[in-house]
Amino acid sequence: MITFKLNGQERTFDGDPETPLLWVIRDFEKLTGTKYGCGIAQCGACTVHMDGTTRRSCITPISTVEGSDIITIEGIEGKEADAIHKAWVAIDVPQCGYCQSGQIMSAVALLQTTPKPTDDDIDGAMAGNICRCATYHRIRQAIHNAADTMEG
Amino acid sequence: MTIHNITATRRSFLAGAGLVIGFTLAPKVFSAQALEGVPAGGAETLSPMNAFVKIGADDTVTVLSKHIEFGQGPFTGLATIVAEELDADWSQMRAVHSPADDKVYANLAFGLQGTGGSTSIANSYEQLRKAGATARAMLVSAAAAEWNVPASEITVSKGRIKHAASGKESGFGALAAKAATQTPPAEPTLKDPKDFVLIGQELPKLDTLSKTNGTAVYTLDITAENMLYAVVEHPAHFGATVKSFDDGEARKVPGVVDVKQVPQGVAVYADNTFAALKGRAALKVEWDLSKAETRSSDQLTADYTKMFGEKGLQATHNGDVDKAFSGQGVQSLEATIVFPFLAHAPMEPLDAVFIKRADGSVDVYNGAQFPGMDHKTAAKVLNLDPAKVRLNTQITGGSFGRKAQFGSPYMQEAAGVFAATDGTRPMKHMWTREDDIRGGYYRPMYVHKMRGAMDADGQIVGWDQTIVGQSIMGKADLDSTSVEGASDLPYTIPNLRVIAHNTTLEVPPLWWRSVGHTHTGFAVETFVDELLQKVGKDPVEGRLALLSKEPRHMGTLKKVAEMANWGSPAPDGRQRGVAIVKSFDSYVAQIVEISLGEDGAPRVHKVWCAVDCGVAVNPNVIAAQMEGGIGYGLGAVLFDAITLGDGGKIVQSNFHDYRSLRINEMPAIEVAIIPSTEKPTGVGEPGVPPVGPAVANAWRRLTNNPVRQLPIVNVLSA
Repeated sequence: MITFKLNGQERTFDGDPETPLLWVIRDFEKLTGTKYGCGIAQCGACTVHMDGTTRRSCITPISTVEGSDIITIEGIEGKEADAIHKAWVAIDVPQCGYCQSGQIMSAVALLQTTPKPTDDDIDGAMAGNICRCATYHRIRQAIHNAADTMEG
Repeated sequence: MTIHNITATRRSFLAGAGLVIGFTLAPKVFSAQALEGVPAGGAETLSPMNAFVKIGADDTVTVLSKHIEFGQGPFTGLATIVAEELDADWSQMRAVHSPADDKVYANLAFGLQGTGGSTSIANSYEQLRKAGATARAMLVSAAAAEWNVPASEITVSKGRIKHAASGKESGFGALAAKAATQTPPAEPTLKDPKDFVLIGQELPKLDTLSKTNGTAVYTLDITAENMLYAVVEHPAHFGATVKSFDDGEARKVPGVVDVKQVPQGVAVYADNTFAALKGRAALKVEWDLSKAETRSSDQLTADYTKMFGEKGLQATHNGDVDKAFSGQGVQSLEATIVFPFLAHAPMEPLDAVFIKRADGSVDVYNGAQFPGMDHKTAAKVLNLDPAKVRLNTQITGGSFGRKAQFGSPYMQEAAGVFAATDGTRPMKHMWTREDDIRGGYYRPMYVHKMRGAMDADGQIVGWDQTIVGQSIMGKADLDSTSVEGASDLPYTIPNLRVIAHNTTLEVPPLWWRSVGHTHTGFAVETFVDELLQKVGKDPVEGRLALLSKEPRHMGTLKKVAEMANWGSPAPDGRQRGVAIVKSFDSYVAQIVEISLGEDGAPRVHKVWCAVDCGVAVNPNVIAAQMEGGIGYGLGAVLFDAITLGDGGKIVQSNFHDYRSLRINEMPAIEVAIIPSTEKPTGVGEPGVPPVGPAVANAWRRLTNNPVRQLPIVNVLSA
């Protein structure tokens, strides 16, 4: 039996301990904002926060999550999350939208550690998140805009 | 059975998201409308004005989109067109997918329901202007009857219906039910475009909010109680079939429920996704390769090249090409360009959900680019009357052409996997990324042979192009999608010949974002650039001189040259390249600025893009499509190839060896839209073709190396 916190609530899982966190979140907890994209930590669509840092949930066995604090797109909050959400909406970042939960989780984590990121900071934090619609141009702009609003 | 659509409240974010379809959950029961994606928490009753417009008692206007929303913006674009003629306020507009119906919801360019060819706005423009104007007339007629005033004295603006003389005023909702009973006008009056208030504005997209908070429901997010999860083990060779399999270990995996052979491979059914994947990994399958494609990509290239000498299918022959090349003082240039197979790799791989209802009917959920065809295919495979199958189109995580397949081969597999069960448990069928990358239906391999003739005066007098590759449409004779962009070369060259050869192989082909222009655009635009360089002409001025009969090409090219300040020196170590491609009746010109990257590959710093797509319905969406098209096209020309290795085995399997452009590789982009009163044309695809040749042209000028094989960077050798 594995016990962990999901968006602040205590949850347990007693299935196959190899089950990746992604499928626990989606199939068992029915939180579907976190997406499957590759299964091998190449695309970042499955990005969640684990104990405050980004984590590719598709390669994270649930057995390693014991006692951890998991935050998904459904539970992310705080001033960075608010700023990112507003910035994303203001310039219509998403196209198909499928990767955007992961993009937002990575972007929020970036602002939590680097409130005023440079383009290089953005490249470093976001290069693990693929967007096949290539909304990168607006992702970069939205992160800068969010940082500006946090400052103000 | 009941259907529970959890609304987007903070509490529900934490409790659960997505469209949950359960047998016992019943906090709020929705009708079939919920399955069509009508926004939860909206009006319970929507009054239909016509097949495309419904108005709720709460004043919301819901547009039924016959086109799937997979990121190219039809929900927003189609709603803009309706709202304009309806005189609605943008805040009251909603959009959902229409039901599957090849007649009512036909793409007027195709004759059946389908999204593709960058046609969503082009084919819907007049139809939805009329749908909006008709609904407006019915609301006015209802108001006239209700208030007992002449309809001619009623005005509508920003969602308010008014009669100035009596001071009467109403929103749409209060009159919707009555309006639905009014006789629609035979020929509704449409606005003069100069009076447009919404078309041409940068309106926010309708689907953005749900795509930023995790509440948007894709097919993969649909869950039903007691649902089975199914995956299929596929072969690594095209045309291979199952010889035998051992499922002993697979069946021992906790959660695996069953294993069955299906025509496409071996299906594993389980209680959750991971169990299905683990079970699949434990299968031992022996494949029969007797009918499989066993040639490697290198062998295919050699075989294709041999076909240059054979008699082909003539697409165009103007003037006398052979004579042009043998003229006195004529110089010639020859090039062979090799294009690889390309996978579409949409973020959401193919998936579908099947739920059998108590009456024996079946609900199918998928991201259907051809809903009518998927519907008929599902009914046939499930052996049901089509009236007993409902195809519920979902928003989907990209497609780029992948989800539009004649004969619906994916639906054949998914429905077949469901049909092999007793149907008592709902079932989700999903492809993994590996299934997607290795699943075929690629942009085919092509080899182009280019010959150009230049006379002593520096004029390009002859163009001879031969294109070898599969016919996407499966034709034995000339397939126009193989030669589009070449056979109708925009440049005035007196002697022009384009020949095609169709090839036959086991790798199934498909259209890939911008179809034939993915390769013809590259071949034409790199070769004309090289010829212009040979005769000492400027790439922009030289093109303009050859485009004198094409005013929209000229306007677009001049615009992009102005944006990039063409002619000014590039910064140290950088070089610029240009390309212009007309595709899907839209004109897109791009100038790129590149340098030699640290890894020896082109580093693309900036792209200037000018587009002429007629009336710009929503400039925000148009700019987004240019940006996205540039990124999609750039990733492909830099990195992407699906390769058949020795014996025909597919080499690539996932994003580690089928590279996608990443944010650190994305150039800065500036987009300008040419003002126009021409009919609106497509934007989903036309942003893609020019970027590749523009980069290759800059690369040739920077390094003296012309690009003769794509991708430019071969990740396997890196």
